[in-house]
Amino acid sequence: MEALLKDIAFIIGTTLMYSTPLIYAAIGGVITERSGIINIGLEGMMYFGAFVGAAVAYFTGDPWLGFFCAGLAGALLGLLHAVATVSFSAEQIVSGIAINFLGVGLALFISRLVFDGATQTLTVPNKIPLPLDFLFGEGRLFASSGFMDLVFNRFATVYLAFALVFVVWFLLYKTRLGMRLRAVGEHPEAADSLGISVFRIRYGAVIASGFLAGLGGAAMSIAVVSRFNNTLISGHGFIALAAMIFGKWKPQGALLACLIFGGAKGLEIFMGAKGVPIPSSLLATLPYILTIIILVGWVGRSQPPASIGRIFDKGEQ
Amino acid sequence: MSKLKQKEDFLSGTLGVTLMSVLLGFVLGGVILLVAGFNPLEAYWVILKGIFSRPKYVSYVIIYSTPLIITGLSVAFALRTGLFNIGAEGQYIMGAVAAAAAGYYLKLPMVLHVLTAVGLAVLVAAVWGGLAGYFKARFGVNEVISTIMLNWTALYISNFMVTIDSFGRQGTGKTYAIMSSAQIDILGQWKRTPEGIAFLREHPMLWDILKSPVNLGFIFALLLAVLVWYILSKTTLGYELRAVGHNPQAAEAGGINVKRSMVVSMLIAGGLAGAAGAFQVLGVSHRIATLAIMEGYGFDGIAVSLIGNNSGFGCVFAGLLFGALKYGGSKIQDVMGAPTEVINIMIGIIIFFTAMPKLIRMILAYKKKRKST
Repeated sequence: MEALLKDIAFIIGTTLMYSTPLIYAAIGGVITERSGIINIGLEGMMYFGAFVGAAVAYFTGDPWLGFFCAGLAGALLGLLHAVATVSFSAEQIVSGIAINFLGVGLALFISRLVFDGATQTLTVPNKIPLPLDFLFGEGRLFASSGFMDLVFNRFATVYLAFALVFVVWFLLYKTRLGMRLRAVGEHPEAADSLGISVFRIRYGAVIASGFLAGLGGAAMSIAVVSRFNNTLISGHGFIALAAMIFGKWKPQGALLACLIFGGAKGLEIFMGAKGVPIPSSLLATLPYILTIIILVGWVGRSQPPASIGRIFDKGEQ
Repeated sequence: MSKLKQKEDFLSGTLGVTLMSVLLGFVLGGVILLVAGFNPLEAYWVILKGIFSRPKYVSYVIIYSTPLIITGLSVAFALRTGLFNIGAEGQYIMGAVAAAAAGYYLKLPMVLHVLTAVGLAVLVAAVWGGLAGYFKARFGVNEVISTIMLNWTALYISNFMVTIDSFGRQGTGKTYAIMSSAQIDILGQWKRTPEGIAFLREHPMLWDILKSPVNLGFIFALLLAVLVWYILSKTTLGYELRAVGHNPQAAEAGGINVKRSMVVSMLIAGGLAGAAGAFQVLGVSHRIATLAIMEGYGFDGIAVSLIGNNSGFGCVFAGLLFGALKYGGSKIQDVMGAPTEVINIMIGIIIFFTAMPKLIRMILAYKKKRKST
């Protein structure tokens, strides 16, 4: 019983660890796409954020400053995406792909300049803290490496991610701003005729999504691990994009999708650690195949915001 | 006067926007190098020399470009039907796996072996791409998600194949080389024989070219570009696929089976990407190896397709440009210590501007206005 509980705790713990970076990027994706702008550049934004976060945390020793700067780095790429898509009616997918190349290129270019030609940063002196750490251990409230420790003794970024999901949900569905943002995404012409600035809302949404994706990258580079390297992000931004679509463009849906994905990853690691007689490379396909099965079996058609990808040009009406 | 008008139309047309974007990519890439403390002119000179100064370099550029052209064609083909094939990466991997397996396990005479290996690779990859098309048509699953998932599944299947005892060389992370009958290298065997070496000593230029893994892949890539152009613009199938891409509702109303078109389009796109993987294995690597991360042929193919304006010949042009920058750009690291990733940034900038024809036309119009005042 004790052992089973611990196994479950282990799976939950790894689930949270793997889901967290995805959650940031996925809810970022929700915000921009709800305003009607496709953001396929999440990968590049995460990548650049992961690098900037680790680099700033390394040089200043302050992980929170690194975390914040990672957001700014993502936001900068978001700004570029906004300029292209909102101001110059760019093809949104094309601009997003450009952002991916730019994010990877800028991160590695600067890394080589700052870290002696290496495509990775050095280990950061301080990672994002474990805020509940004081509760666990000898003579504390909970025993160390017990159920509670394995599940709840997590990096602050994990708790922040869940809080942000709530914040974004609240913002989108319970505030006037959120209603406007969704209106812009569904029918920009109508929103415009009611005096809502499509331009400002979309700029804000795209930059915010860049900020969140950048945070997601740093949640990886200075919490899950303690440095950035060129293979760290490889594809997480795309998984987050998939999670956003999977979650039907809703923050709570995206959260669930990220948790399912992280859960499958946790299960994979657990089964690997238990010596299940399946080759590890086949076990590694589990999260991906499971996602496809869930999509085909239960989720099916997902309906994007009505105006998504369509160019809104005030002047041409 | 009319000549001038023509020139303007050319500049503000698609090709003009692309060329202008490429130019801006170089200029802004140069600015970034300058800010980082490198002389951009020197960097571009190193890149240019790295591309053209030896026959070997030119053939490497062609070898680098070959898979990019073909994955570009794959992405372009799907895009014409309104589908975004992020899955070229996974389809490429499945093609490479199938070609490596067929090239190693089968014992067949020369030409037949190549045809069988390519055929199997195309088939497996077509199924891989077609799956995404089927999921979309039958269950409404967005092809972006399914292809992302299929990419990773393919990567791990490939890694699993390398661990199979009879296929992978234990401890090396690579598979055994394919049979020589399946290789498409040009003079690949001959250039290692004593006669071949003796002959090549007398002909340094040819020798230089043959130092690179020259193979038939590029010729196949050109043929595939023609094939894609032909299917899309000269056949009923191509007309239907484009109609679906243009306006699915109208196509449906016009009696085109939209769901079938989605599957067919993804089958063909998958087959194309698989062919890219096959040629790379049969002509360059001769084996597959464990992949820690995606190699990026499929993702680069997206860039190629976008820069090439989703046309067959555009992909050839963009693939060559991309291959040249990738190969030539790798040299500024050694020669100047300048980060080779400036190439990624430049590619990003080029794509960024091709996304905004409106901006490019504004710049051109502004220049014109300034001239006239």
